[in-house]
Amino acid sequence: MKRPSVTLTSTPPDLNVQFAGALQVQALDQIEATVASITTDLANVHLDLSEVDALDTGGAWILTDLQRRLEAGGATVSISGATDERMSLLETVARHAPDTEEPEAPPRGFVAWVAAVGAATVRAWKDTLRILDFLGLTLHRLVRSLIKPRHLRPASLFTQMEEAGFKAIPIVALMGFLIGIVLAFQGATQLKQFGAEVFVVELIAISILRELGVLLTAIIVAGRSGSAFTASIGSMKVQEEIDAMRALGLDPIDVLVVPRTLALLLVLPLLAMIANFAGLVGGALMSWIDLGVSPGLFFSRLQETVGVWHLAVGLIKAPFFAFIIGVISCYQAMQVKGSSQSLGSRTTTSVVQAIFAVIFVDALFSIFFSEIGV
Amino acid sequence: MTDRSDNPADRQDAIIKVRGLRNAFGPQVVHDNLNLDVWRGEVLGVVGGSGTGKSVLLRTIVGLNTPAKGSIEVLGVDVVNGSELERNQIEKAWGVAFQNGALFSSLTVLQNIMAPMREHLKISEGLMQSLGKLKMDLVGLPMNSCSKYPSELSGGMVKRAALARALALDPQIVFLDEPTAGLDPIGAAAYDELIKELQGSLGLTVFMVTHDLDSLYAICDRVAVLAERKVLIEGPIDTMTSIDHPWIKEYFTGPRARAAQKKVYGGG
Repeated sequence: MKRPSVTLTSTPPDLNVQFAGALQVQALDQIEATVASITTDLANVHLDLSEVDALDTGGAWILTDLQRRLEAGGATVSISGATDERMSLLETVARHAPDTEEPEAPPRGFVAWVAAVGAATVRAWKDTLRILDFLGLTLHRLVRSLIKPRHLRPASLFTQMEEAGFKAIPIVALMGFLIGIVLAFQGATQLKQFGAEVFVVELIAISILRELGVLLTAIIVAGRSGSAFTASIGSMKVQEEIDAMRALGLDPIDVLVVPRTLALLLVLPLLAMIANFAGLVGGALMSWIDLGVSPGLFFSRLQETVGVWHLAVGLIKAPFFAFIIGVISCYQAMQVKGSSQSLGSRTTTSVVQAIFAVIFVDALFSIFFSEIGV
Repeated sequence: MTDRSDNPADRQDAIIKVRGLRNAFGPQVVHDNLNLDVWRGEVLGVVGGSGTGKSVLLRTIVGLNTPAKGSIEVLGVDVVNGSELERNQIEKAWGVAFQNGALFSSLTVLQNIMAPMREHLKISEGLMQSLGKLKMDLVGLPMNSCSKYPSELSGGMVKRAALARALALDPQIVFLDEPTAGLDPIGAAAYDELIKELQGSLGLTVFMVTHDLDSLYAICDRVAVLAERKVLIEGPIDTMTSIDHPWIKEYFTGPRARAAQKKVYGGG
């Protein structure tokens, strides 16, 4: 196929445009600029297609657009050298030619900025109301399931407990163990300077039992199970399975949200307990290696000096964290709309929001406990 | 095989040539020694029972599935063993409209149609948009849907958008997988008309996998029947009723076939 070309022969106010070669969409870049440069202040324009080897809708559009532009400028356009088939293609394209008007430009500047801020505020407010609505609904269904167990779905609950709890044990235990090691190691270097090595026990035990064990477990669960909840329920939303459930008289909150949230409520304290234990073991091991505090001494000092309420203060937060993660991840899943892109962005939002909310609530608990002096 | 001597398509050249094709998934053989010619400028309907590998055949021809044996030539290029460069060239010469549309869900309709242009052409953004809108109008999509996302479209509009995207690069061959499945009879008939009109004005070759007897009677120049792991028979639809094979007999002389025939031939 020959490359397309345009030859302009101008005898003002008339113009002869000679097209040659293959006027096909693959090679339109060769002639686009030349055709666009033709001015519209002409009287008679003749389009000569006798040298054209091939024509497709792309080429036909270039011709049709040129013709329309010239005629709008008041010129008379004639076409010659086209076969019947090409003429009929030109007619088809002219019939379907879209309007070339530019769409209205969106507003810019200060007004647009104010409008954007306003819209974002309204959206954030509505989002808050919706998530509170969802939280209340979930709480209601959860309590109802516990009072009237016929609403509860044990098979689903146990599956979720296995997925979110049992299968998370290795990662949670390893995380706790490593945190214990890190604390012992960091604490040892500081405490050695004062000869107060033995206080490493309090350092490790209080920080792990009160804060780190449960907080880091909740963060891992938010990343691991929260994202899984959003992705699985969200893809059901995309496939209209949620709508199908509603149409069949099944309550998606009862079927999907309650088992997941309840499973987290049950397993997160257990996982936090495992993390605590692994952390203490890791800390004891490192203290033994680095400071020569024997495991026997470590655990007897633990019993003597660290009250059991430190453990209680940590574990009491676990159900709150579990509820937050369950509600946020299921809420985000219910907000998925239509496309797989929406599913992806909702999953990201779910994890980020859940982790943020967990840390925020943990901070509130810290203030509360220090105020009441525990 | 039909006797091609009385076939007017005989004088034309084969745009797709499939020879000795064998497709197998594990122990399950889908195609064995399958031969098929598609002539330039025709509408070929491919029919067959469930699981006879209609879609597999389409996917194999467009290179999405590597066959175990056999050769496939499209526009003289060997699709199976050809060089990367040759295959890239040939991919611009065909368009595929998948059964469920397979529109990119993160792009609007217009962006979907412009996606192949953006990838393969060097034309300006404005021209690309005009051509995209032209393709939308050609397939009968209203202009207000150009900024809609695929999830906001009805089933019929998804099929039309998929066809518009398949036509984006002005291909010579269009592959359609079940184009009218799931459309209401009026929508399906309009889609048939559309294919016929586009085929006439753009000179397309259409390879269409279908179950729709109305489509077969209304727009297909020839029909290829897949059965017993190969193309059992190919030819104009009128010749199908005279074939002595249980499945073909049931398919083309059943009550639905007679109704479809009546619609087209006005009583025949």
